[in-house]
Amino acid sequence: MGFVFKSNLIRSAPLSYRIARWGALILIFYLLAAFITPFLSLVGFLPDPNQGLNNPIYAPPSLSHWCGTDRLGRDVCVRTLEGSGVALQVVLLAVTFAVFVGVPAGMISGYLGGAIDRMLVVIMDTLYTMPVLLLSVVLAFLLGRGILNAAAALCVVYVPQYFRVVRNQTAQVKAELFIEAARSIGAGPLWIMRKYLFRNVITSIPVLLSLNAADAVLVLGGLGFLGLGLPESVPEWGSDLNMALTALPTGIWWTAFFPGLAMFGLVIALSFIGEGLEAWISSVNYSERIRPVQN
Amino acid sequence: MTRGIALFRYSLTRLLMAPLMLWLISSLVFLLVRVAPGDPVDAVLGTRASPAAREAMRARLGLDQPLLNQYFDFVNGLFHGDLGNALSNQEPVSGIIARTLPASMELGISALLIASLLGLMVGFLGIFRPEGKLDLLGRIYGIGTYALPPFWAAMLVQLLFAVILGWLPVGGRFPPGEVPPDGTGFLLLDSILEGNWSALNGALRHLLLPASTLGFLLSGIFSRSLQLNLSRTLRSDYVEAARSRGLREKDVIVNHALPNSLLPVLTIAGITVASLIGGALLIEVTFSWPGIALRLQEAINQRDYPVVQGIVVVVAALVVFISVVVDLLVAALDPRVTY
Repeated sequence: MGFVFKSNLIRSAPLSYRIARWGALILIFYLLAAFITPFLSLVGFLPDPNQGLNNPIYAPPSLSHWCGTDRLGRDVCVRTLEGSGVALQVVLLAVTFAVFVGVPAGMISGYLGGAIDRMLVVIMDTLYTMPVLLLSVVLAFLLGRGILNAAAALCVVYVPQYFRVVRNQTAQVKAELFIEAARSIGAGPLWIMRKYLFRNVITSIPVLLSLNAADAVLVLGGLGFLGLGLPESVPEWGSDLNMALTALPTGIWWTAFFPGLAMFGLVIALSFIGEGLEAWISSVNYSERIRPVQN
Repeated sequence: MTRGIALFRYSLTRLLMAPLMLWLISSLVFLLVRVAPGDPVDAVLGTRASPAAREAMRARLGLDQPLLNQYFDFVNGLFHGDLGNALSNQEPVSGIIARTLPASMELGISALLIASLLGLMVGFLGIFRPEGKLDLLGRIYGIGTYALPPFWAAMLVQLLFAVILGWLPVGGRFPPGEVPPDGTGFLLLDSILEGNWSALNGALRHLLLPASTLGFLLSGIFSRSLQLNLSRTLRSDYVEAARSRGLREKDVIVNHALPNSLLPVLTIAGITVASLIGGALLIEVTFSWPGIALRLQEAINQRDYPVVQGIVVVVAALVVFISVVVDLLVAALDPRVTY
């Protein structure tokens, strides 16, 4: 049995690593697009993503406009490239918020236990049951448009996931001897959480982070598609796709194709990275677990 | 005997938790709607309405009452199935939901059927040769279907099958100009009950693209979870025992490993319902499918807060209900689950 496990693992690791490497490569491309496009627009090498009055409207892809123009004559390529920075910004903000709220809440809940723990668990489980998109639609509807507002609407959705993982891990680690030892030499709860618990309970955060970032790209796009999320002046893939929807029955495909492709690519990249991280972390855990047996 | 008692206690706590969750969700929605910036009266009357008209509107909506009274009215209404009236046309929200929910359920159930069939098939294919080409394809299929933005996939499908090839209608639920059959609101069921085959054909042609798009997008969850469960089961001792008795690998997989791997998939199906609703929201808007999600989007654009509030509470109730049913089903079916 042990042999089967091991041989599976050795064969499965490289595939996951390869997948993660592809993901990292694609992500670097998006980061480059996010940093370079605004600069190129500024120096005039690329047209302004919101400027299109001088261009023909709904022009199909050509040499002057590689991805065509939209209904206001704006360049689809430039808008799609610009969208990368916006998406990365909002998603990074959202998952950072979620980690900063979810991880401490989970540690407190798991370490202290009792009534606080039960209350937090019920609230978080309730939020967790709600469909992600529905919850963020409601929040985005109420919070209004803006980069921070959209990030806040997204972050609430992901807090329960960090809370759950960290809380369960904390409850497990809490029973270990080294925690009891720390307590017996007089360490307070805050000290224990910071010095002893924290490093032990954050192992699964990176995987969750990359998968949530992937999900958040989709949800942000969904919000934009429904007419929520970011201000109209910001070029965003979801709202561009919503505009493209009305033109679709007349066969205008380029306004829909390119923003969606960009979104798809970014989600793929982040999911690939998550997949690789997961394999790596579980293989680390595995080798730690078998070490005493082998020696 | 003890298992029976344990199962009963588990079911009871799970059932008691459901109303608590519902209460939390509806209170949360109520509170969020009230504290949100933007006056609902402005949304209906516009900012230039006279103060008298605004006051009258406030009184009619109960917005002049203290927050606590509004809350009690809201909860009281919930118990009587009264979700308030739409701001735009005074139609009761419960009526709107009753009218649009069957369309969404028809789409959702068809999509879930397609998703589970397709997903289990794909997930099963990869298992015979772990790390082979099929396994890799299966993994990419899982990530790919998840990573496709639902509305983008729907638009591409629309473009190909409806605009370029012209095989199927672009959107809607029924051929325009024809009278849909009356009854339950489930058009497929109603046409069959009436024996109206042309109506059935029309409804099916409209259902095909949205349902298969949504089903395809969700199938990745099924294929991936079946794959993970199967590969975990294949490492367990009883499978090793079956192998060492000299059974063929095919028999080991099909007769020994598969049944145990299918049960967790049921749990996944329950969880999928939540993402199904998210996906359906976007698919309905893309295909202008006249379900509850399309109405929600309309209400969002009109800032019609009673409709938004009502639809969210009802959908949340549905999700909670389904998750409880699935949990109980799994607990009853799987003797390994302990509480």
